Amino acid sequence: MTVQQHAREIHEQFSDQLDVTVDEIEERLDTLVNEYRIPVDEARRSVVSNYLDEAGMDRDELSGGSNEAVLVGDIDADEQWVDLRVKLETLWEPRADSISQVGLLGDESGTIKFVAFETSDLPELEEGESYALGNVVTDEYEGTYSVKLNRTTSITELDEEIEVGDDDVTVEGALVDIQSGSGLIKRCPEDGCTRVLQNGRCSEHGEGDGEFDLRIKGVLDDGEEVHEVIFNQEATEALTGIGLDEAKDMAMDALDTTVVADEMAEGVLGRYYRVTGPTLGRYVLVNEAEQLGSTDAEATLIRARSM
Amino acid sequence: MSGNTVPTREVARRAFAREFNDAGYTFKESDDERAPVYALLPTGERANRVFIAGTLTETEDIGEDSEYWRGRIVDPTGTFFTYAGQYQPEAASALRDLEPPAYVAVVGKPRTFETDDGDVNVSVRPESISVVDADTRDRWVVETADRTLDRIETFDDDENEYAAMAREQYDYGVGPYEDAVVEALQSLEEEEADEDAPEAQA
Repeated sequence: MTVQQHAREIHEQFSDQLDVTVDEIEERLDTLVNEYRIPVDEARRSVVSNYLDEAGMDRDELSGGSNEAVLVGDIDADEQWVDLRVKLETLWEPRADSISQVGLLGDESGTIKFVAFETSDLPELEEGESYALGNVVTDEYEGTYSVKLNRTTSITELDEEIEVGDDDVTVEGALVDIQSGSGLIKRCPEDGCTRVLQNGRCSEHGEGDGEFDLRIKGVLDDGEEVHEVIFNQEATEALTGIGLDEAKDMAMDALDTTVVADEMAEGVLGRYYRVTGPTLGRYVLVNEAEQLGSTDAEATLIRARSM
Repeated sequence: MSGNTVPTREVARRAFAREFNDAGYTFKESDDERAPVYALLPTGERANRVFIAGTLTETEDIGEDSEYWRGRIVDPTGTFFTYAGQYQPEAASALRDLEPPAYVAVVGKPRTFETDDGDVNVSVRPESISVVDADTRDRWVVETADRTLDRIETFDDDENEYAAMAREQYDYGVGPYEDAVVEALQSLEEEEADEDAPEAQA
């Protein structure tokens, strides 16, 4: 890329905020690159920093200028600025006051979690509507990607409806394990963080009071393959019949939160289930679960006798 | 293996008691001290973990100094033995509290023990023992029959390394386990017939 091309891109990034011409930018870059022999990337960084100061902006707010339009399923890197054309599939209940909206966005390649913050002061998105979202930034946690909306995100409602690819999977098997971190848990109350507290600590934000939630991290095993599945609060209550208030009462009576997972295990551990939901990393997020009863022995008996 | 890969969880194999109790040969696939130990199923599969469902018919504390519980779990082909002591506190307390007979599901690891007269006993060291319903038990029987038939079907495949190992270590063949499958499935059909009988009279 030539110095002039860099100058044009920088101009595009600041055209809304600053009254500055491409020529002026090019001159600054040129001085650094050709007079002071600074590598062009470093020169660009320095010039951009200058303009950020002038405009009173954070680097976070800087538009990528010309972002790549991507499919949500192709997002595979942290902190990339991208444009999306998506349908808002589901809104979830935000767990922190700082979060204005959280949910799932989808396009033909599947779905991805998004978060919008109160401070960004964005218009509310509506479930079922399709949008062109300019300038969102990708985020990664334990190999799973999400996108964050921010103050510079452009939101355009689309007339067309974006088709959402079905990335749901259905798995079945015996529930052979309920893993630690199940039952009544506490999540980090920090903005945008929903990590589960371990002994009252968040791995990122340290000690915190935390907010109660219900979850089951389980393993379905059909004798051939194992699938790790997560039941969220709603799915956990549907599976076990134990809701958040009841769980809190149980923990309060026992002065111990682990009684909740033990109680939940009774009646579900060792039973067979078929569950359906999207995958997130190596987990299946359970939207629907059904317990499987006895099956007909006859087909298998015919199979055995014909061997 | 790199240090930060999540170790894959071992699948829980399905085998009837008749086959499981014959799985006296155990092996490791690497020299690593922590490498998983596998029991070799005679139908040609390695099992580091099993899932069984059956009727708990008897529990007994056979420990001398500390509690050590033995449970007998019966399926249509035989009896599984499971032992739980201080290192399996949850399973031990399940065995202490349960009133036989009861349908239970057990997830656990195969363990072998050589007796004084040279026989090898195979048992289950439980990770969990839970009470289940009759439907779950019946489903397990059909599922275990299907998985056993899957193994028998591929027993003669050239590339089936565990079948080759089974041929080398055991001289049972697959015949007894094919019979066990048929017996198990027939027992379900008979149960069904018994349940249907009163309705037929009505």
